[in-house]
Amino acid sequence: MSILLKRFLFWGLISLFIINSIVIYTSGTENDPAKAYITEESKAGKLLFQEYNCISCHQIYGLGGYMGPDLTNVISERGKGELYAKSFIQSGTQRMPNFHLSENDVNALTSYLKYVDKTGFSPVKNFEIKFDGTIMQKANL
Amino acid sequence: MKKEIGIVFIFLSITALLAGLFFGTISSFQFVYPGFFDVIPFFKNRPLHVSLVVSWIFLSAMGGIYYYLPKYCGLPLFSRKMAVVHIWLFFITGLLIITSYMMGKFGGREYWEFPAILAIPVFISWVLFGINYFKTVLKKIGQWPVYLWMWATGICFFLFTFTEAYLWVFPYFRNNLIRDLTVQWKAGGALVGSWNMLVYGTALFVMERIKGDESVAKSKLAFWMYLLGLTNLMFGWAHHIYIVPTAPWIRYLSYGISMTELLILSKIIWNWKSSLEQAKKDYYFLPFRFLVASDIWIFLNLILAILISIPAVNIYTHGTHITVAHAMGSAIGINTMILLASVLFIISDVTKFEFVNVQKNIIRVGFWLTNVSLLLFMIFLVIAGAEKGMLVIENKLTFQEIMQKIDPYLVSFAWAGVGIFTGLLLTTVPPLIAVIKYLRKK
Repeated sequence: MSILLKRFLFWGLISLFIINSIVIYTSGTENDPAKAYITEESKAGKLLFQEYNCISCHQIYGLGGYMGPDLTNVISERGKGELYAKSFIQSGTQRMPNFHLSENDVNALTSYLKYVDKTGFSPVKNFEIKFDGTIMQKANL
Repeated sequence: MKKEIGIVFIFLSITALLAGLFFGTISSFQFVYPGFFDVIPFFKNRPLHVSLVVSWIFLSAMGGIYYYLPKYCGLPLFSRKMAVVHIWLFFITGLLIITSYMMGKFGGREYWEFPAILAIPVFISWVLFGINYFKTVLKKIGQWPVYLWMWATGICFFLFTFTEAYLWVFPYFRNNLIRDLTVQWKAGGALVGSWNMLVYGTALFVMERIKGDESVAKSKLAFWMYLLGLTNLMFGWAHHIYIVPTAPWIRYLSYGISMTELLILSKIIWNWKSSLEQAKKDYYFLPFRFLVASDIWIFLNLILAILISIPAVNIYTHGTHITVAHAMGSAIGINTMILLASVLFIISDVTKFEFVNVQKNIIRVGFWLTNVSLLLFMIFLVIAGAEKGMLVIENKLTFQEIMQKIDPYLVSFAWAGVGIFTGLLLTTVPPLIAVIKYLRKK
C-alpha cells in the first residue's frame, strides 16, 4: 500500500469521524421528547443519581448494572409509579442500601425518573422486525 | 527501577489484576447471595472491580510499550524521567480512586465511576505517556510496522474518548438524556476500541518476536485490518444504544459498520490452518500458548459481537447478561490472554528468570483452569441472558420473577468466576515472584 493511499485513508477516516462527532453532539441527539419534564429538580436528581452510583445496580435504557431493575419506565409501569419509586429510594430493600436521603433529595431523584420515563421505552416490548434485521419500535402496551 | 521502567508497570499491573479479580469475585457472590461480605457493599465493589481490571489492561499494555520500544525497536525512550512521573501519577491517582470508592464518593459513570476531579490526573498521566511515545517513535525512519500505528492510535483515541466521556460536566450535554447517553456510549465504545488498539498492537509485536518475521507487521493485510479496526472503533459503537431514541441514521451506520467485522471473522477462519501448524511448533513456549488461547476467544467473542450488533437480536440481548458475557469474554479471553503472553515474554526476557518445572506446571494448570472456567462462565451468562431477554419480551415477567428463574445460572456463573480467579492467581503468582525478585535486586 503506497504511503499516499495510507495517508488518504487515515486522514479521510479521521475527518469523517470529526464530522460524525459534531453531528451527534448537535442534530443527531437534539430530539428530546421529554423536554417539558426537565426542571431544576430533575437536573439535581440526575446529579444525585450519579453521586450515589445508582447505575452500578440499576439500568437506564438497559445500560448499567444488573443487581436491580431497569428504571427507565419505573414511573409509568403498571403496578409501580411515583409512590412506589419514592418508597424504595427512601427505605431501600434487602439488596438496596438505605442512603438516608433527605426529602428534597428523594423528590429530586423522583423528578429525574419522571423525566427519564417520558423520553422513551426500555425494555422495548412492542416492536416489529424488518427484513434487514432492523426493528421498528412501537409504544409499550 | 532506573533501568527497566516497563517492569515496574508490569508489577503494578499484575497487582491490579489480582485485586480486581478479588473484588469481582466478591461482587458476583453479592449478586446471588444478598448480604454476602457486607463490609464492602456491591455498589462499592463493582467500581473497584471495574477500575482495577481496566488498570491491569492499561498498565500491562503501557509496560510492554515502555519495554519494547528501547529493547526491540531500537528506539531509546525520549524521557525516562517522564515515564517515572507517569507511573507515580497513575499510582497515586489509583490510590485516591480506591479511597474515594471506599468512602462512597462517586462520579457515577460507567467505566469512570470515580469523582470527576480525579479524571484530571488520569488525563495528565496519559498526556505524559503520549508525549513520551510520540517523541520516541517519531525518530524512526522508514515504514512503521502496524503495531506502532496501533499504539499511536490507542493513545490518541484514549485522550479523545476520555475527554468526550467527561462532556457531561457541561449542562448542554448533561441535561438532555438522549444526548448524554449517546455521547457517553460513543465515548465508551471507542474507549474499548482504543485499549483494544494497545492490546492488539502488543499481540502483533509478541507474535512477530516469536516468529522472528518482521514482514507480517508491515504487510498490506495488516494495514487493512488496522483500518477496519479503526473504522469500527470510530463508528461501530451504537449497538449499545439501539433502543435510545436518537436519529435513526446513527443506528443504521453502526449496524452497517459492525457487519464489516464479518471480514475479520472470515480472515480468522481462513488463517486457521496455518496458525494451527505454527501452534503445534511453538506450543511449548508459554507466551505463545496464551496467544493461541486469545485467538480462539477472539473467534467466539466476534461471533457474539456480530450477533448482538444485529438490531433484531440486540432487542432481546440488550440489558441482559449476554452483554456481560461479551464484555467479560473480551476482557479476560482476549485482552488478558494477550497481555499475559506479553507479561510472560517480558519477564522471561528481562529477569532472565528461568521458570522451573514446578512453576511451569503451576502456570499451565492456571492457564487451563482459567480458560475452562471462562468458557463455563460465558455459557452460564449467555443462558441467563437469553432466558432473561425472552422472559422480558415474550412473557413480560417482572424483574423479581425473572431473577428467580435465572438464579441457578447466576449461582453457577459466580462459581465459575472463582475458577477464573484461582486460575489467574496460579498463572500470575510465579511471574509476580520473579518480578519482585528482580526489582529487589535492582
